[in-house]
Amino acid sequence: MAELLLIVRLGGERVALPAADVESVVEIESLTPVPGAAGHVAGLAALRSRVLTVIDCLASLDPSRRLPEDAAEAVMAVVDGHPYALLVEAVEDVVEASGERQPAAASLTGGWRRIGRATVEAEGDLLLLADVEALIAGPAREAA
Amino acid sequence: MDDLINDFIAETREMLEALSGEIVAWEAMPDDRARLDEIFRFVHTVKGNSGFFDLPRIRALSHAAEDALAAVRSGARSADARLVSAVLAIIDRLAELVEALETGEALASEDDSALIEALSDEGPAQAVEAEAVPSNQAARTSSRTIRLPVELLDRMMSGVSDLVLARNELARRIRATGDAEMIAAFDRVSATVADLRDGITRTRMQRIDNLFAPLPRMVRDISGQIGKQVALEIDGGDVEIDREMLEMIRDPLTHIVRNAIDHGIEKPAERRRAGKSESGLLRVCARQAGNQILLEITDDGRGIDGDKLVSRAIAAGLVTAERAERLSAAQKTALVFEPGLSTAAAVTDLSGRGVGMDVVRANVERIGGLVDVESRTGQGVVLTLRVPLTLTIIPALTVGADGQVYAIPRSAIEEIVRVKGGGVRVESVGGAAFATVRGRRLPLVHLRRSLGREPCADPSAQSLVLLRPAGADLYALAVDDIHDHEELVVKPAAPAVMAAGLYAGTTIADDGKPVLLLDPPGIAAKAGLSLHRASADAEAATSPAPAAAQGPAALLFRTLEGKTRLVPIAAVQRIEDVRPEAVQLSAGRLHVALGETLLPLEGCGCAVPDRPIRLLRLGDGHKEIAYGFADVVDILPLPAGLMPATEPGEVRGVVLVGDEQAELLDLHWLFARHGARSAPGAARPVCAIPSGDPFMDAILRPLVESAGYDVVASGAPGSEAASIVIASAEAGEAPAPEGARLVRIRAAAEGEDGSVHRYDREALLAALAGEGPPRRRRRRG
Repeated sequence: MAELLLIVRLGGERVALPAADVESVVEIESLTPVPGAAGHVAGLAALRSRVLTVIDCLASLDPSRRLPEDAAEAVMAVVDGHPYALLVEAVEDVVEASGERQPAAASLTGGWRRIGRATVEAEGDLLLLADVEALIAGPAREAA
Repeated sequence: MDDLINDFIAETREMLEALSGEIVAWEAMPDDRARLDEIFRFVHTVKGNSGFFDLPRIRALSHAAEDALAAVRSGARSADARLVSAVLAIIDRLAELVEALETGEALASEDDSALIEALSDEGPAQAVEAEAVPSNQAARTSSRTIRLPVELLDRMMSGVSDLVLARNELARRIRATGDAEMIAAFDRVSATVADLRDGITRTRMQRIDNLFAPLPRMVRDISGQIGKQVALEIDGGDVEIDREMLEMIRDPLTHIVRNAIDHGIEKPAERRRAGKSESGLLRVCARQAGNQILLEITDDGRGIDGDKLVSRAIAAGLVTAERAERLSAAQKTALVFEPGLSTAAAVTDLSGRGVGMDVVRANVERIGGLVDVESRTGQGVVLTLRVPLTLTIIPALTVGADGQVYAIPRSAIEEIVRVKGGGVRVESVGGAAFATVRGRRLPLVHLRRSLGREPCADPSAQSLVLLRPAGADLYALAVDDIHDHEELVVKPAAPAVMAAGLYAGTTIADDGKPVLLLDPPGIAAKAGLSLHRASADAEAATSPAPAAAQGPAALLFRTLEGKTRLVPIAAVQRIEDVRPEAVQLSAGRLHVALGETLLPLEGCGCAVPDRPIRLLRLGDGHKEIAYGFADVVDILPLPAGLMPATEPGEVRGVVLVGDEQAELLDLHWLFARHGARSAPGAARPVCAIPSGDPFMDAILRPLVESAGYDVVASGAPGSEAASIVIASAEAGEAPAPEGARLVRIRAAAEGEDGSVHRYDREALLAALAGEGPPRRRRRRG
């Protein structure tokens, strides 16, 4: 069976996330900032009785950039028992991959190299398959 | 023990209930092998369990039944009706005995021999059955225990947690309506929810005994394996702790105990050499303090070799050699919590398997706990684990800072005071400093500053929360507003949030918004207050890049001359205000009188100040020096990159604080300067002077004393220990005792070579210091 992919828009590009890693798509209404945390931690948001740690994926990709204040579309994922909301520019669609994963090209630059796990083809386009955990970890851990 | 017996009763009763169907079925079909196995397993288990207790009747009965059934299983006997009824009679009797054990009543029938005899191949078969019937139904209902899967309790707990959240939300809305009747009705609901929560919390509590139970065996096995003798003392087993918490500290405790035996306690021969008893002592002690559990693991072994740790830390690149030199003994010991630093010279089977104290610390901190280590070389190590009583719901105070709400665990709060209120004084210069609350001076941390926010526009409207974080000293936290006391359901925060070092978890407030739970020890550590936690170096080694250059905390202050200087905060004992009258120029130096103590005063040049000044009381553990200054600027991590001063003096060098230069005080120089004079009790060299000479007694004596000698009169008791003997040149030759130097002093300005003029201060001091009067050398030459 072909892999299901969630297509999001990040840094102006269409990026795929493995649908298996995604719990749901959520809209973030208000954020509680976390002073002192790394730059890609946008804050906390409540979803029913759960507290989501909201990640600014653009900052995770490139520490010098931030998503606009009104960004609200997010992908929810649970890693190590902690629920996260990954803020992106837009959540597009769930599609079926039209082939197997291919190793990511060595020519990826900057943050893309860090978050890119593989490339995958869907709907005739070649997409970067991003790693949810790498997005959550952000730039800091990579440096250490 | 009672617990164990109750477990035994509960388990046996459960098995009996499950077995009742089997027994009936077995009776009908004695050849049914599966049934036979069930029943055999039952008597076997009962026999095994009863062996732990002093229950001879139960043991004898189950043993006999087991033997008979084993014979059937092996085919040596067939299961005839007679055997079946004999076994059933025994099972009934076992049920009675267990019941009697629970109710504490004696059994009518004291003799089991008939039952056991009935089992034998050729015994009377029929007589036994009737006897087993009477059973005490009333007693059976008296006290009951049930066994539940823990997952069910966990589910209930999380349900109650959500219920508390929903209640909080509802409470807020109902309060907003102002409907008194509604509020009253809801208060009842609220109280019920609180009761329910308490009850559920209690169902999850277990005696910490459960954690301690395997220790005696473990200690015996480990110590035997490596040829050590260890006595184990356990205390406080009746302390109750959340089941989940219990599981979380099981591994750390096991590890600590293994470590203590493996690395801490010495082999018998070594202990004997060190003058200790051959058998080491390991003490594990639990006690409850507020809503924390304290676990202390004490051994009387060799202690942790701080220097060895330091050299390993340097080798591993965790600290620089330069920084290592500045580590205090406690900081060195705390290095044991650094990843990859095991002090054992060789990796041993028992504890050196790559799982080190760093894992222990990580595990304990993950559940909101703390580990402290205290080591005394040659005397042992005390490890203290502090863990919260329960993970999930904690009473908290919500506060505001810069428009955002934060929660503080109420357990850490000692008091809340308003800045404007009476008895409170905040000395906030440049944003940092101290709060005096009813005469008690406390370090003050501004929450806004800790959070990296702008300072408050109107500090007088702020409130102070006095916090006593576990294992650290009291400090004041300035917040903008005090909101409310709330019961909060705390969830662990994601690693990315915990990395900030300021938070203990997250929660949802009444209005449904997420709230960060502040971590009082973390905030203190970040602000450079807490010296109890691992060193700042450790923080730097584990936290991501930006914090990498942090040194020990230092106090940035402005001197009376307006210079900016730094002093390591570890040396600052306290700060005091003094009036100029307390300062006097005496003996060529400024001294300040502080109550009963007279301290040398530095930092004021040689002028008695003309207005009140503030003092840093600096201490090196033995001596104290006062250092006058104008105001405190900040407390910050000591910046790296010291440019050393060209000449030794009060200032060791210059560092950059932000873009400003600050001079770092040279504490060594300062203390060395006052070194010799105020070290009471220290062994000082003795100088003998002639007695009965007013010059010697009144004028020379103080000078000699100030040079660091104890002065005795020549010929008096103790004078034979003198290393210097002073004699008057005019009095003729005086005998110098063996091993002492003779210094001869003359009254005339000019005189005999080899003697020193009594008012030639420099020559006198040089002679005392052993440099020898230059003139003597000239005479020799």
